Amino acid sequence: MAASHAEKTHAAPAAPQGGGPRKGTVAVRVVGRPDSLEQRIYLPEVVKGLGVTAKHFFANLFSRKYTVTVEYPEQKVKYPPRNRGLHRLMHREDGEVRCVACMLCPTVCPAHCITIVPEETGNGNEKRPKVFEIDELRCVVCGLCVEACPCDAIRMDTGEHATAVDFRADAILGKLDLLKRGAASTAVQGGVGGDWRAKADKTRDETP
Amino acid sequence: MLEFLADHSAIAALLKVFFLLMAFVMPLASLSTWAERRQSAMMQDRLGPNRAEITIPGLGWTLRLWGITHFVADALKMAFKEDLVPSKVDRVLYGIAPIMAIAPVLITFAIVPFGSDLCVGKMTEIITSLEGCRRTIPLQVVRLDIGMLFYFALASLAVYGTTLAGWSSYNKWSLLGGLRASSQMMSYEVTMGLSLMGAFLYYGTLEPNAMVLAQGDNPLNWGLFYQPLGFILFLTAAIAETKRAPFDLPEGEPELIGYFVEYSGMRFGIFFLAEFIETIFLAAIVTTVFLGGWHVPGLHEDGFSFLKLPHIAVVLLRSAVWGGKILFLCWLQLLIRWTLPRFRPDQLMRMGWKQLLPLSLLNIVLTAAWVLWRSAH
Repeated sequence: MAASHAEKTHAAPAAPQGGGPRKGTVAVRVVGRPDSLEQRIYLPEVVKGLGVTAKHFFANLFSRKYTVTVEYPEQKVKYPPRNRGLHRLMHREDGEVRCVACMLCPTVCPAHCITIVPEETGNGNEKRPKVFEIDELRCVVCGLCVEACPCDAIRMDTGEHATAVDFRADAILGKLDLLKRGAASTAVQGGVGGDWRAKADKTRDETP
Repeated sequence: MLEFLADHSAIAALLKVFFLLMAFVMPLASLSTWAERRQSAMMQDRLGPNRAEITIPGLGWTLRLWGITHFVADALKMAFKEDLVPSKVDRVLYGIAPIMAIAPVLITFAIVPFGSDLCVGKMTEIITSLEGCRRTIPLQVVRLDIGMLFYFALASLAVYGTTLAGWSSYNKWSLLGGLRASSQMMSYEVTMGLSLMGAFLYYGTLEPNAMVLAQGDNPLNWGLFYQPLGFILFLTAAIAETKRAPFDLPEGEPELIGYFVEYSGMRFGIFFLAEFIETIFLAAIVTTVFLGGWHVPGLHEDGFSFLKLPHIAVVLLRSAVWGGKILFLCWLQLLIRWTLPRFRPDQLMRMGWKQLLPLSLLNIVLTAAWVLWRSAH
């Protein structure tokens, strides 16, 4: 069947080169009306069709052989690793938040859904967020905040959806909510390890 | 108790109506609404509604039962929904239409034999025939000699339900649906009547229980094998009468939504239920005429040839098998409904008048010739 089909398509006349209206250039396959007696009686075809659906019915009834349904709240589809879900804030080794309140993520956020109020840590060198709020109702899940973060503090790899809430206020996640989903991250600046300065590409400095 | 019922046939008839409708037809129709969705889901590789569950208070047990209780949830929803009546409807006809749709099909159940005759007084004995019985209770609400004509008469009344619903709703779409329903049902009624004519000639009677008796307990003597053409024609025409796919033009969700478009709540629920009751009734008629009615293959009046059974067991077994045949035919109708695509109106009319009708006439001629030849020899 398939071979004859291909043959017919290729046997169409080649397109004539040059101007003028194009005639007979389209490969047309003429499909006739169902004309065998078996098809015109209609009944054998009906019985065949019933056979197909009955086969699926019994196979699915007894063993869920072809069933594709995922029963959602109990079973979940595993998302690909780069799926962007709810945000989380990562910890340092000592359990403190990694965020240094550099304000890059609220700046880059196109939906203005991140609010950070910085505060002094007391050691004179660093800041930290006093308030870190993300309004998940406004978030457009673009992931720019994750790309902007220089400290691997904010991530969207939880694989969780923004869940339904009873009150709008419940959709605004505070620092503690975001830290609850977080985990320790030992990433260092530049992402290559403690000796990143030594390994860094020197070409920029050497080129005049 | 049984003697009393045998003497007072009116009370017995009431009890039979109650049993047949409340214990068999209505539960089965309600369950069909769930079974249809589940079965269609299974056929389409889905799971379907399986979430409704009962929680037993106090114990904390949750019974899911494959979602069977969905029909209870649906009924509750229908019952508590606002009964919305559009302002310009013809209120009288609008109110009557759902009743006109469901009443004829409920009444026609009266002629369906759902079991063999009970021999009062010999319930626990093994009897070889009903000859010696002084009093019998027929398991059939009313034994009419015109039997099947009664069915045709009432079936043609069912057209009024849909047509009136379409007309009284003051809505162009429901009117179109009603028109389609009336043209379709009238066209297919002709074939439906004529396709059974062969069976009437063969059995020589119009009375359903006599037809069942004529078929006997040998499956090879059942009507299906003597009237194969009549069986196919009747099944096709009768499915068209139930207005379900592939003949669901009056409903036609994508284009018309149907003659009941302006109905809500339980009024719509009645139309919905009437459709399923028609399905069950069609199964009952096909069982009676073509599948041996309440006969069980190999089961005589005194039990099987290898196992003698008391009278009461024989009767119960026959009724159970009758129910099983109905269930199978309901399943088959759901299978057909979810397999075949809908016809176009012109295809429907062409098939009804130009193909099914001549074939049913041919069936009558062939059967008549055969009956004549058989009586001559």
